[in-house]
Amino acid sequence: MSDFSEAFAAALALILNFESSLAEIVGLSLQVSLVAVFIASLIGLPLGAALAVFRFPGRKTLVVILNALMGLPPVVVGLIVYLILSRSGPLGTLGLLFTPTAMIIAQTLLIMPIIAALTRQSTVQLWHEYEDQFKSLGAGPGETVTALLWDDRFNLVTTILAGFGRASAEVGAVMIVGGNIDHVTRVMTTTIALETSKGNLALALGLGVILLCLALGVNAAAYLINEAALKRHG
Amino acid sequence: MDKANNTDILPLELKDVNFEVGGMRLIKDMTLTLNAGSSTIILGPNGAGKSLLLRICHGLITPNSGSILWRGPSRNEAGIYQAMVFQRPVMLRRSVAANLHFGLKSRGTPKAERDRIIDDMLQITGLTRLARSPARALSTGEQQRLAIARAWSLKPEVLFLDEPTANLDPAATHAIEETIASIKQSGTKIIMSTHDLGQAKRLADNVLFLYRGRLLENAVAADFFNRPKNDLAQAFLKGELLWWNRKELKTPAELKHRDVLKK
Amino acid sequence: MRIAVRLIAVWSVLAGLIHTSSLIAAEQSIERFIVMASTTSTVNSGLFDYLLPKFSNKFKMQIRVVGVGTGQALRIARRGDADVLFVHHKESELAFVRDGFGVKRLNVMYNDFIIVGPQVDPAKIKKTKTAAAAYQAIAQSRAVFVSRGDDSGTHKKSLAIWQSAINTKPKSAIWYQESGAGMGATLNIASSMEAYTLTDRATWENFNNKTTLKILFENDPLLQNQYGIIKVNPALHKHVKSQEAEIFIKWVLSAEGQATINTYRLNGKQVFFANAPGKKMN
Repeated sequence: MSDFSEAFAAALALILNFESSLAEIVGLSLQVSLVAVFIASLIGLPLGAALAVFRFPGRKTLVVILNALMGLPPVVVGLIVYLILSRSGPLGTLGLLFTPTAMIIAQTLLIMPIIAALTRQSTVQLWHEYEDQFKSLGAGPGETVTALLWDDRFNLVTTILAGFGRASAEVGAVMIVGGNIDHVTRVMTTTIALETSKGNLALALGLGVILLCLALGVNAAAYLINEAALKRHG
Repeated sequence: MDKANNTDILPLELKDVNFEVGGMRLIKDMTLTLNAGSSTIILGPNGAGKSLLLRICHGLITPNSGSILWRGPSRNEAGIYQAMVFQRPVMLRRSVAANLHFGLKSRGTPKAERDRIIDDMLQITGLTRLARSPARALSTGEQQRLAIARAWSLKPEVLFLDEPTANLDPAATHAIEETIASIKQSGTKIIMSTHDLGQAKRLADNVLFLYRGRLLENAVAADFFNRPKNDLAQAFLKGELLWWNRKELKTPAELKHRDVLKK
Repeated sequence: MRIAVRLIAVWSVLAGLIHTSSLIAAEQSIERFIVMASTTSTVNSGLFDYLLPKFSNKFKMQIRVVGVGTGQALRIARRGDADVLFVHHKESELAFVRDGFGVKRLNVMYNDFIIVGPQVDPAKIKKTKTAAAAYQAIAQSRAVFVSRGDDSGTHKKSLAIWQSAINTKPKSAIWYQESGAGMGATLNIASSMEAYTLTDRATWENFNNKTTLKILFENDPLLQNQYGIIKVNPALHKHVKSQEAEIFIKWVLSAEGQATINTYRLNGKQVFFANAPGKKMN
């Protein structure tokens, strides 16, 4: 029990002292994960809705692959991105390894399948309801996908949050492609890993508490907005 | 305007149309012609194939055999001259006005005209005060009115309605029937299914009587209601339950299949 | 209409986010920097937090340290993903240079490995005279020993000690376990299992979860832990920042750099001892 009270004390001390280094780490964490979620949503949302709507050869295979990719270990994604961005890899000339950009790329690849697969699952139900009406109206493919995404927005908020949760909580991929370099690529999760390896368990757990609070804050905000909107639209 | 002589896509000809699912024939050798200028009511008991016939005519379902031909000059883009209202209104998760807007946008109505059409439609259907309300929060009757307004706003030459008042109370039914009458007045061909005899009498110019996937009678309304030729139609008009069958009895498996198709 | 407004709002917020992140990236690229692949022991000991700012302030150059196991650090450098290599396994380092991946290997500093274990010392290694004898005692008493089991300098040292103790590497058993993890993680495991393990002194001094663990064996020449520095070969990897790497290596080996290493204190103790070859750099 004392371990946990120590952790909360450490977390509180971290927040109260508001060290600039902590702000830097939290800021980078949010930035990397939010940009990754944004890019992954930009690709994953329309892709998921398109998979729900359109019939084409190989669609089922693609759905199975996407669902399988949802469970991809972050370390594997990190390793693949590492090998691609490494100086000896195909995109080595860009010099992106060990930069925040590399972390964004890894997290985008990690969560895009999650967002696409969950979007498909969610919009396929709505499409079942809309299909005849949309065909009757003659809605085009673009209009159909856009309309499904918009009308399913309350469910998709949860989908995007799931992506954000996975991105901000993972350590394996960003550790490998970011290198956990102080002031450059050090984020919440890699700091927690580092402090754990130094045996600073209370500090590590305290950082964990802060990460949890951030996640809680983001989720609570989304939930409240969603509830209000849902009440309005029924 | 004399729609009968000046049409875009009508008349519609069905020839030997068959539709089957899993070896069950649900529409059998259907041959008929639908002309402009009059409203056609498809009548028959549950499971007769009324809804399927509407969907086949509208192009939502492709039959296994037979042909469906629009004979008018614009037959190659027949889709944009039709609209359909379903038994359960399909409401987008948006405002009433946005539901109308979506229909117009999908159909390619020019942007400049949309707002005016929406205002007019809301006015005609008495939904103006609900324009900003979320469509899904409306009562079933209001939702169906909105669905009809959305279909009508497309100015279709042919409007299909699949039992639009099946789930409504008399007051709401009355409002819908009045709107349908106005649509007919505006020159749109109404093709509507119902199992409600009274409604058929109120709205029909022509009647198609369907029973177990077969077209048993195709007549002018007055003739059908006064002197039905078919014995099953006679029984139906007398209000008898059509559980008897001259030919074959359905197996339970077939009945189950039919229920699935009816959703 | 309102949909469009909302979409524009969301877009502008996210565009702003991306903009700021690119600003940060731009800010970072203005500054000169090199990437140095090093070991967790040097990172975790806090040496770099003390040493590198002194260099950076003087030369306006950032040293971006990627702290991993020696084996992984060598692989990173071999692929050209670092400009400088700073690790602690002399044989591997010499092979790295011999194979053409590095320019030259130079001693920087040393400290030593120690054997830590539960205070009660079930294998009685406190009484032993050599590291090999201590390992023998552990093997004979079947007291639990946690090994890194990775590709690190520490693990390679541990294997060398086992070699001289029992002529082989022990097979995994209840008493001999491989963590497959870094030094810190391995110490956490040893700490919770009350097990013996080999660690470098700096990591140990900086480790805060010791519980019942104590230093039970130290001071054997075999346990010396030598750190070396190597510039990655720019002839092999054209993008290597040769000049900058040269500046850094020269400084670390200079009187100033060496003195800085010697003045670093962890818990009031000196944990690294500078031993650069005098005037070998030019």
